[in-house]
Amino acid sequence: MSQPSAICPNCGAPIRFRWSSAIQTTCEYCKSILVRHDVNLEKVGQVADLPPDISPIQIGTEGVYRNTAFQVIGRIIYSHDIGAWNEWHLIFSNGSSGWLSDAQAEYAVSFLSQPESPLPGPGEIYRGWEYSQQGVRLAVTTLTEASYEGVEGELPFTYWDKERCRFADLRSVDGRFATIDYTEAPPLLFLGEFVEFESLRLTNLKEFEGWTA
Amino acid sequence: MNPAARKIVPRPKALNCPQCGAAIELRAMGAAASVVCGYCASTLDATNPQLVILQRWKAKMTVQPFLPLGSRGKLAGAIWEVIGFQQRGIQVEGTDYYWREYVLFNPYKGFRYLSEYDNHWNFVTAIPSLPVAGTNARNRPTVTHDGIVYDHFQTARASTSFVIGEFPWQVKMGETVEAADYVSPPHMLSSETTKDEVTWSKGEYVPAQDIWTAFQIPGAPPPPVGVYSTQPAPPAAKSTRPWGLFFVFSLLLLGMMIFFATRALQETVLNETYTFNPAATGEKSFVTRPFVLRGAKANVHVAVHGDLDNAWAFISMALINEETGEAFDFGRQVSYYHGVDGGESWTEDSRDDAATLPSIPGGLYYLRLEPETEAPTGAAAALAQRPIRYNVQLVRDVPFYFRYFLGIFLLLLPLPFMGRKGANFEALRWHESDYGVPPNAIAWSSSSGDDDE
Repeated sequence: MSQPSAICPNCGAPIRFRWSSAIQTTCEYCKSILVRHDVNLEKVGQVADLPPDISPIQIGTEGVYRNTAFQVIGRIIYSHDIGAWNEWHLIFSNGSSGWLSDAQAEYAVSFLSQPESPLPGPGEIYRGWEYSQQGVRLAVTTLTEASYEGVEGELPFTYWDKERCRFADLRSVDGRFATIDYTEAPPLLFLGEFVEFESLRLTNLKEFEGWTA
Repeated sequence: MNPAARKIVPRPKALNCPQCGAAIELRAMGAAASVVCGYCASTLDATNPQLVILQRWKAKMTVQPFLPLGSRGKLAGAIWEVIGFQQRGIQVEGTDYYWREYVLFNPYKGFRYLSEYDNHWNFVTAIPSLPVAGTNARNRPTVTHDGIVYDHFQTARASTSFVIGEFPWQVKMGETVEAADYVSPPHMLSSETTKDEVTWSKGEYVPAQDIWTAFQIPGAPPPPVGVYSTQPAPPAAKSTRPWGLFFVFSLLLLGMMIFFATRALQETVLNETYTFNPAATGEKSFVTRPFVLRGAKANVHVAVHGDLDNAWAFISMALINEETGEAFDFGRQVSYYHGVDGGESWTEDSRDDAATLPSIPGGLYYLRLEPETEAPTGAAAALAQRPIRYNVQLVRDVPFYFRYFLGIFLLLLPLPFMGRKGANFEALRWHESDYGVPPNAIAWSSSSGDDDE
């Protein structure tokens, strides 16, 4: 029990942090969105009912990526005009933080990265735009206008007040993946790769009636 | 402990279509973006529990899927449930071509697709990486993915003409995408392009029977029509295989040839030179000394060499078994002519002749010989007075080569037809493409590729 703990300012339930750097979390009991200020938690909002669950992953799911164990500690749900996807916040056994995106069971692991060259503004990017980082050439394949549907668990930043989000997804010829996130200025760059569901060796998955993992 | 842990996600409850009231079953646990009512064909937002109508449509069930929604089958090592079905079409030179697509779902593995056209089936998976565009030796477009080069087959605008069930995107009647197909049988890479998105998928040809087995459909699948772009060429049509067989059998023949050649006795049993006077009268036939032909049954090679000058000689021979009296009759003719015609000298040299008598049993034999020639007349008579010398050589058990080479030649005969069968298969495959001809064929038309009709 070395994890930092606090009390939900809304309902008094204990709030346990799995990750010491978490900026935001949600109360598992009253669904309040809580932002950390030093040792105090401030209720900044309330999570609406989450949309129907669409992923076998849940808070607490554990797995392995590139020989490093991780645990799923948070989640952002986005929806866009042709569906919804999850960004699962991962905390690795070495303390680093990353994201597992799950868009209709297409899985990608990515990490916040420092852009090597300036990224175009939200109005300048277009499908087919090319970008190179760490010797990997990526091209924009999807531009998404998404809305923010909900959050769950611990996140490395406050995400409760963002309504519309613009994303550019980039792909390479060899399965590398990048997202440019225009919710901040300058935009954020997430770099990673597509992964096979089986390769993550996930445990503590959700169970679905009538199906076996 | 996470309160969500161990909670089993139940099957979604049946809902009612807000347009027509018909029962709608959501099978993909909310993973789908849209669901199309099976009765009124309205597209509904499957992510919203209220099933908001996305597109109102009044339609009848006009297309009956082979695989009913809700049926499950095992393909590529996993169980899949059919949750959606759509018919799409393209128009090529005024003709509509329709194919059908099934959405398959597994809550852990996500979505896969089955496409069916004229009873040709392909199992389709979305691919996350981007294929690399290029061109082939004939300047036709290709894409490369995972080291495999795919040849461009067709680009067309595909529109949805019938839809039912759940889809991972918001499917709509009349929706149009630009679809491009690249093939490397049995695989196909396909791209679908809209303004904001390009998606790639990889299809693999699946025999219809495998679909029938996977989904336990009673009866036999209807036979596929024609050749599909990803259909693997049947074994006989593969151009490398007949050549492989040819190579194997040729080696076998050559091996046999060498084996029997090294075992052949090659024993000279008779090598005699005789003379005869063409002008002489009386009995010309005579017999040689007896000789032994060893072994059970083997051939005897007879070579005759005539020492002739503007003359011919025919040697009638009989190989006679001294013990049984059995005789093998044969004859050889030798000739040699030369002269000067219009200032140019010419020769016609047939001084050597030979024959191989097959399957002569072993034993003690002698040869009876009877030389014949033209009775000398006129001016030639004086020259022809010269006695004719000729040599007869008998060799027991010689290796033979001709029949092996004949065998190899016969093996070659069907190859052009087999090759053509393969070429025909490829021609049929590519006939439906934007080019009309295979990727390495010389296009009759110029680079436009559209005017080959």
